[in-house]
Amino acid sequence: MDIAVILENTIRALFNAEALILALAAIGLNVHFGYTGLLNFGQVGFAAMGAYGIGSGVVYLDLPFGVSLLLGIALAVLLALALGIPTLRLRADYLAIVTIASSEVIRLTARSAELRELTGGSSGVNGFSQGFYSMNPFSPGSYGIGWLSYDANRFFLLVVGWTLVALCSVLVFLLMRSPWGRVLRGIREDEDAVRSLGKNVVGYKMQSLVLGGIFGAFAGFAFALANSSVQPDNYGTQFTFLAFTAMILGGAGRVIGPVVGAIVFQTSLVLVENVLIQAKGAGYISDRILESTDIGAVRFVLVGVALMALMIYRPQGLFGDKKELALDAR
Amino acid sequence: MGIVPGHAHPPAALRSARAAALALMALVLVLVGGTTVAHAVASGERVVGTLNNAGTPVEGVTISVERGGAEVATGQTNDAGRFEIDVPGPGDYTVVLDTGTLPDGVELRREGGERVEVTVRPGGSGAALFLLGENTNVASTRLDRAPQLLVGGIQFGLVLAMGSIGLSLIFGTTGLTNFAHGELITGGALLGYVVNVGFGVNLIPATIIAVLVGGAAGFALDRGLWRPLRRRGTGLIAMLVVSIGLAFVLRYLYLIYFGGSSRSYAQYATQSPVDVGPVGILPRDMVIMGVSVLVLVLVGLALQRTRFGKATRAVADNPSLAASSGIDVDRVISVVWVFGAALAVLGGVFLALSQQVGFQLGQNALLLLFAAVTLGGLGTAYGALAGALVIGVFTQLSTLFIAAELQVVGALIVLILVLIVRPQGILGSRERIG
Amino acid sequence: MPADLQDEPGADGVGSRAIGTSVTDGSARARAAAAALATVPPRPGVPKPDPILVADGVLRQFGGLTAVDVEHFEVQRGVITALIGPNGAGKTTFFNLLTGFDKPNSGTWSFEGKELAGMPAYRVARRGMVRTFQLTKALSRMTVLDNMRLGATGQRGENFFRALLPASWTAQQKGIDARAVDLLGRFKLDSKAGDFAGSLSGGQRKLLEMARALMVEPTLVMLDEPMAGVNPALTQSLLGHVKDLREQGMTVLFVEHDMDMVRDISDWVVVMAQGRIVAEGPPDVVMADPAVIDAYLGAHHDAPLSLEEEEAQIGGARVETLTDGRDEA
Repeated sequence: MDIAVILENTIRALFNAEALILALAAIGLNVHFGYTGLLNFGQVGFAAMGAYGIGSGVVYLDLPFGVSLLLGIALAVLLALALGIPTLRLRADYLAIVTIASSEVIRLTARSAELRELTGGSSGVNGFSQGFYSMNPFSPGSYGIGWLSYDANRFFLLVVGWTLVALCSVLVFLLMRSPWGRVLRGIREDEDAVRSLGKNVVGYKMQSLVLGGIFGAFAGFAFALANSSVQPDNYGTQFTFLAFTAMILGGAGRVIGPVVGAIVFQTSLVLVENVLIQAKGAGYISDRILESTDIGAVRFVLVGVALMALMIYRPQGLFGDKKELALDAR
Repeated sequence: MGIVPGHAHPPAALRSARAAALALMALVLVLVGGTTVAHAVASGERVVGTLNNAGTPVEGVTISVERGGAEVATGQTNDAGRFEIDVPGPGDYTVVLDTGTLPDGVELRREGGERVEVTVRPGGSGAALFLLGENTNVASTRLDRAPQLLVGGIQFGLVLAMGSIGLSLIFGTTGLTNFAHGELITGGALLGYVVNVGFGVNLIPATIIAVLVGGAAGFALDRGLWRPLRRRGTGLIAMLVVSIGLAFVLRYLYLIYFGGSSRSYAQYATQSPVDVGPVGILPRDMVIMGVSVLVLVLVGLALQRTRFGKATRAVADNPSLAASSGIDVDRVISVVWVFGAALAVLGGVFLALSQQVGFQLGQNALLLLFAAVTLGGLGTAYGALAGALVIGVFTQLSTLFIAAELQVVGALIVLILVLIVRPQGILGSRERIG
Repeated sequence: MPADLQDEPGADGVGSRAIGTSVTDGSARARAAAAALATVPPRPGVPKPDPILVADGVLRQFGGLTAVDVEHFEVQRGVITALIGPNGAGKTTFFNLLTGFDKPNSGTWSFEGKELAGMPAYRVARRGMVRTFQLTKALSRMTVLDNMRLGATGQRGENFFRALLPASWTAQQKGIDARAVDLLGRFKLDSKAGDFAGSLSGGQRKLLEMARALMVEPTLVMLDEPMAGVNPALTQSLLGHVKDLREQGMTVLFVEHDMDMVRDISDWVVVMAQGRIVAEGPPDVVMADPAVIDAYLGAHHDAPLSLEEEEAQIGGARVETLTDGRDEA
């Protein structure tokens, strides 16, 4: 059992791309669910729009990288409008079913052979990240200290990604302390009351859906660039639920909640995974209990356990205030 | 909501919850123990496939497997046209057929068809499909295929109904949108496999055992998890999220202890179709349809005729009114869970007979179940049955017009449209919108 | 209704009248209201001299059931009109229809001469016709002050882009805050301004909801059962506030089950039964009408409503459970 390896991998996980992808998606979900009360279970659909926007934009439509970014954002906005116009009047559980179903429609359509000319079908899109890494101002070499050392490209991605996380958080902070954010929070509490006070509730829900969806597209950008590839099956429903768990963990309806939640969640998963790998390697766990190929699946069991335990025992998240949650009528 | 005054003693409730939790754990252990037996049989990751030209196997063709542009493994087809190539681990591979090694006169059906993308899941094998020669299916027109697809659709719909009725009644009586219902179906298929292949019991008694265990699991789930949550006053959205968590836990425990590969039951896996008029039906499919109809009729009669069925419908209609008229709501909910889970298990075995046993079997069906349930109107048993039949037939018949890989997309779009246009479902009444 | 409430001064100093008498308030507004309606004959659908709200042929059916079928209905400006009727008479549904929270099968209605049919609820509110709800809708996880701020209309900071520039809305917000604090003071909630609304008692929530509605600066206030679930100690204060709305020139239309309250504060009473308006007139006239006693009072007299009676309102397409309304402290 090599404790140093466990520590190294865990500490690296604090800032790695997975955590920032999760954080961006969770910031979007937090705008939807945490502040507006919209139960969007199709966040991965927005991420797919971002990812295919840059992937297909560069590879299949021959667009410059910057234009492809805009395409990804535009696709996410379009998805929000297409989803929102007909569904924002539905009650929460119906909205959940519609959004999860549409995210699956997007994945299945993107991976179908019919769209191979546009999405690469089941093999996805590769070779689009050149445009991004050509902007890298860091000359080749190693950056960072100790365990947290990265090559120039990865370092560039992480710097850009975490900066984006910070900017999105600041944006959410500014918005939520403004009268605009107050209307959103009012809708979360009781949309009919807000309607009776003369606010265009559907309009605000739509703005919330678009804003959170754009953050979802940012997550898709980061996901695509971190892998230098867009694989349709990476955009299944589990992505949404990972982000959802991260948001709940950090505390829904708090600016910093999704970021802290994503880091803590991602780091815990890596920690457990590495402890299991090391314990397995040292022969502490027999094959009858767990085979080494199954360690990856253990993380999803943990996701499930975390989600259940949080919702049952700490629905306000690790850092939330129980008193405030007790007021929740739902 | 404190609906039932008779169960107000917290210590007793807690004790029964603990007992139920233990029972559930015991069930999981049985399942885990059994599947480990099954798991040991599975080998490492492979890429597999069969080359077939107009009905005759093609031997001696070289197949190579590439990853990231580099060749990682290679193999040849045997006298049955089959190839099985071990690959270094799970992931995405490109499988390439060396066209130079094809016998004379045998050609690829499509240009570029020599390269196939395959995803290999942990512990599983990925199937690579190469199409050779003329397409013999082209001859059949849409009209010819329609009756066959219709029968397939009815069968699929009946099997879906096994899941959708339970899902709908659970929603109707408790308000829970159970995202873990797909895992009950998968659990049923796996239980059947463990008893059938693991313990060597014929599939028919194995199915009966699985259904009984499934009913017990439903009881345990209600007593051990959902009833305590209802007592705590957990909100419906929170319970919905809990059910998602539960779905993750179960699905990946299945993966860990059953593996990612698809398996077949020991009996009835390979059969020849019997011609009935214009369609050919496998004998097992006839049995599946017959048993499904019988079970669904029994469920319908039970709901319609028995005192318990009436109580169930009363609770689904209006829980507080039912409680105030002396119905033991908690008991009704427990029984709904028992039968809902038992039906899901039976549906799981049936589904696995036509689609093979795999850990994602139920997950893949879940959105179709939602489609069926919402189509029929949430909370009604007959709506769920009708919705399931519509969805089953629709997904099959839609392949006449769209690619088979998109058939689920068609059903999901129908689901979305129904929710938008008529949120109360096709059969639901408007007053039920909450 | 406890007898000792007679002649007790209201919380804001507006004197309350003895129960059962006709309108004899000392204020000029009350006298003017009584005078305006003095010549109006007490019959269903009667035209008023200065109507602020006029409805024609409003029909709402659920399945085969007719919930509301109002041929003609007018509300006189500047008076307090009560809408009463037995459970299931369609009062709340009628409220929902008028305010855009539900859509009728047919019918037209206008507010201050402007057609409202088909207008979404939020635009109805912006026109100055603001409602409250039978089951209080305090925004629990927001502070009392934030609840109040939400009521102010025309806020620049409620636009997405301007929200990002605090300089564009902070000055306006200061004015809104001053108005909110002033209103909270009148409703004796100023000490709670920083508390979560969810921590208030049932009666305080009713007060907050009314104060929040006033932030919209309405001309017609529609109160759906303002007394339901309110602690008796607070009823006098609430009554006073309702009368105070009239003193400030607002028109009030309210649904109420409490006959004492109806007699006490209303200038005009409209009775609904089975979706139709069956009688209207001054309180003492309507209360003496045998048709009304038959349709409504005969069943209830003026006993406080029981849980079951209050529960079974046809609440539009909403299903409300028994427990939801009983949230008082």
